[in-house]
Amino acid sequence: MSSSFYRKAIGAETIGMTMRFGAFTALDDVSIKVPAGSFHALLGENGAGKSTLVKCMMGFYHPTSGDMLVDGREVTIASPRDASALGLGMVYQHFTLVPSLTGAENLVISREKVPGVIDWRKERGALAAFMSGMPFKVPLDVKVAELAAGEKQKLEIIKQLYLGRNFLVLDEPTSVLTPGEAQEVLGLVRDMTKAGDLTVLMISHKFHEVTAFADDITVLRKGRLTGTGKVSDLSHREMATMMIGDQPIAALDSRAEPRPDAEIVLKVKALKAPDRTGLKSIDIADLGVRSGEIVGIAGISGNGQKEFLEVLAGQRAREAGEVMVRGTAYAATRAEARALNVRLIPEEPLKNACAPRMTVAENIAFRTFDVDGSGKPVSWISAGAIKSFSARLVEQFKVKTASLSSPIASLSGGNVQRAVLARELTGEVDLLIVSNPCFGLDFSAVAEIRARIMKARNAGAAVLLMSEDLDELLELSDRILVMSDGALVYEAPIAQASVQTIGEHMAGHH
Amino acid sequence: MDATGIGLWGVPLAILGGAIRVSTPFIFVSIGEAITERSGRINLGLEGTLVFGAMTAYAVAVKSGSPWLGLISAAFAGLCFGLFHGWICKFPKVNDIAIGIALMLFGSGLAFFFGKPFIQPSAPDLPAIPFGAWSDIPQVRAALDVNVLFLIGAALAVFLWWAFRNTRAGLIVRVVGDSSDAARAMGLNPNTVRLVTTGVGGALAGIGGAYLSLYYPGSWTERISSGQGLMAVALVIFARWNPLGCFAAALLFGGAGALGPALQSVGVTQGYYLFYAAPYILTLIIMIATSSPSRTLAGAPGELSIIK
Repeated sequence: MSSSFYRKAIGAETIGMTMRFGAFTALDDVSIKVPAGSFHALLGENGAGKSTLVKCMMGFYHPTSGDMLVDGREVTIASPRDASALGLGMVYQHFTLVPSLTGAENLVISREKVPGVIDWRKERGALAAFMSGMPFKVPLDVKVAELAAGEKQKLEIIKQLYLGRNFLVLDEPTSVLTPGEAQEVLGLVRDMTKAGDLTVLMISHKFHEVTAFADDITVLRKGRLTGTGKVSDLSHREMATMMIGDQPIAALDSRAEPRPDAEIVLKVKALKAPDRTGLKSIDIADLGVRSGEIVGIAGISGNGQKEFLEVLAGQRAREAGEVMVRGTAYAATRAEARALNVRLIPEEPLKNACAPRMTVAENIAFRTFDVDGSGKPVSWISAGAIKSFSARLVEQFKVKTASLSSPIASLSGGNVQRAVLARELTGEVDLLIVSNPCFGLDFSAVAEIRARIMKARNAGAAVLLMSEDLDELLELSDRILVMSDGALVYEAPIAQASVQTIGEHMAGHH
Repeated sequence: MDATGIGLWGVPLAILGGAIRVSTPFIFVSIGEAITERSGRINLGLEGTLVFGAMTAYAVAVKSGSPWLGLISAAFAGLCFGLFHGWICKFPKVNDIAIGIALMLFGSGLAFFFGKPFIQPSAPDLPAIPFGAWSDIPQVRAALDVNVLFLIGAALAVFLWWAFRNTRAGLIVRVVGDSSDAARAMGLNPNTVRLVTTGVGGALAGIGGAYLSLYYPGSWTERISSGQGLMAVALVIFARWNPLGCFAAALLFGGAGALGPALQSVGVTQGYYLFYAAPYILTLIIMIATSSPSRTLAGAPGELSIIK
């Protein structure tokens, strides 16, 4: 093993890579070159073919045509095993470490050859020697489940290096990290490429990361290569044009002036609730959201935002404290939500806001199916009314669906979110609670959804926005708060918010 | 059993002896189930496997005259049941719990069908080691007559506890149980691993069955298990999937099961039937005490279908 730790970086190249699934061409004649010791960024929207390309390179897919070169020699990669034998490794967006095993156990068991009985004293010695040569420091004796996201991401990279892989594909490696962690991880990776120990191909859609760390970029759109070049020669605008072509992007409404004397719609006081593990609790001392403002809550996932949202949504019992909407106690019953015009867009809408196997029409009508035009309960539900109501909203919110009676689970992520927005933003909205609305959606869907949220704000809704994407919060919020360890630890008006300070509070350094 | 000679001391002694005697099938079934569940699958069919194992062991022991041959046949029958469960569950959209319930009924039914002719004849017992031979008191002797299977079960619990951390096979089972994706990324086939663990779990449950019919109570009847296989599955959750915990929990349940007979032996004549229910009441209490509406079980394998 030990000799492979110090293998020098290798380069890789694809020539005319094409991948067809039936009649659909996912990848069309793409050639990219990643020289040894470089940091290459692969940009593109969802469905642009980025992951198809790297899966072809890593042996998960067998390309319809095209060749692969490693260090200038033609190679055949029939399986991920072949790729790893050549020194190619991949770090996935979602962690592939086993949560209940320790770091050391994860590293040892992922090795090609593991002895039947593991001599931990010897393994620990070997791991310590290996780690001393690494710029990353991660505790190896705690369970992976107990590591912070940044540490997990480092451990994923360490694992690849430990397995002797010096060409790494990083798939959106910073999507779950704080800005500080992202800087640190990418900085260390960048130092290793500079020293010639590592070659990196990073899938990303964060321009600022690409500009700060990558040497070259390649851009894909709809399976085709639409641009390539040195990062130093390209502006963000040029990159964006390569990525999305000239399709129109929904623009944000200009921000209506917030009125400091506007009514406080949502008021949370001394709220306490147990978190998922039952070992800690969340504790929101005081939070007010005024009509016509967006209050953003930043935080690394797992710091209680999810539980807070669940309490507001009525999915989690609270131990103490009160939630008031327009001065009335609010316990998130259907009647209260209807009377007070409270609307909710939870994260992962298909799972949390839809009945996946019911039809698009039924899902869109969830809020209104049992009342008539004047808000009175009806005794017979009219399928026709549901259909025509939904048809109008589908049209208005541009939900792409085969038919109104398709199950909502058959829609793409962006269209599920559009359908949920259609349901939640129709009618009077006084309070809108949103969580990670754009997670995993593509460029144009993201722009449109943010524009809708801004529009609701300008129409006078009080918006509480929880997001793990700091850029999104900075773009939308009027005020920004940071949640860490179950409590709100920092607050600033958007004009005075700095990524640096927010990041430090997210990491709990204060 | 006459406990009057040593008075009320007979009760704890009888509980100790009972714990050792009654717990052995619990130990084997729950350790087997712990192995299966650690790999991310639940086999509720172990109750059926236990009954079928008991019948097989008894029948083979009657025919061949060797209890050990009976034991091996029971293990083999259990292995077949386990492998069958594991094989069906590899198909998509198959629910392991539903299959488990089906196999539980199937195993019991099959055992009753084949076991009819063996209700009368008597089979040779598995040997016990008289650890109480130093004592003159018959109660002490009775309590410390320890069957070899109990010792094997204890050793097995310690071995597994060690093996889950220190062997390749142990780590692989934990990887598969916690994350199928991670396992696939390592080139492991989760279905194969689960097939093997379900097979091993079944074999151990078969051995537990052999103990029932060949040692204690030591004969084949249709009511031989009375739900012990199901309770052993509950024990695994109570023991947090830890083999040593399974052993301790099995002892606790065995002790609770011995409470009724022990009280009866010292002359409590009224209400001792209530104490026969002690293990079941204990199960309920433990399940309620360790459950929570707002948190998931600590230490549960991530792939287990009941906690997903």
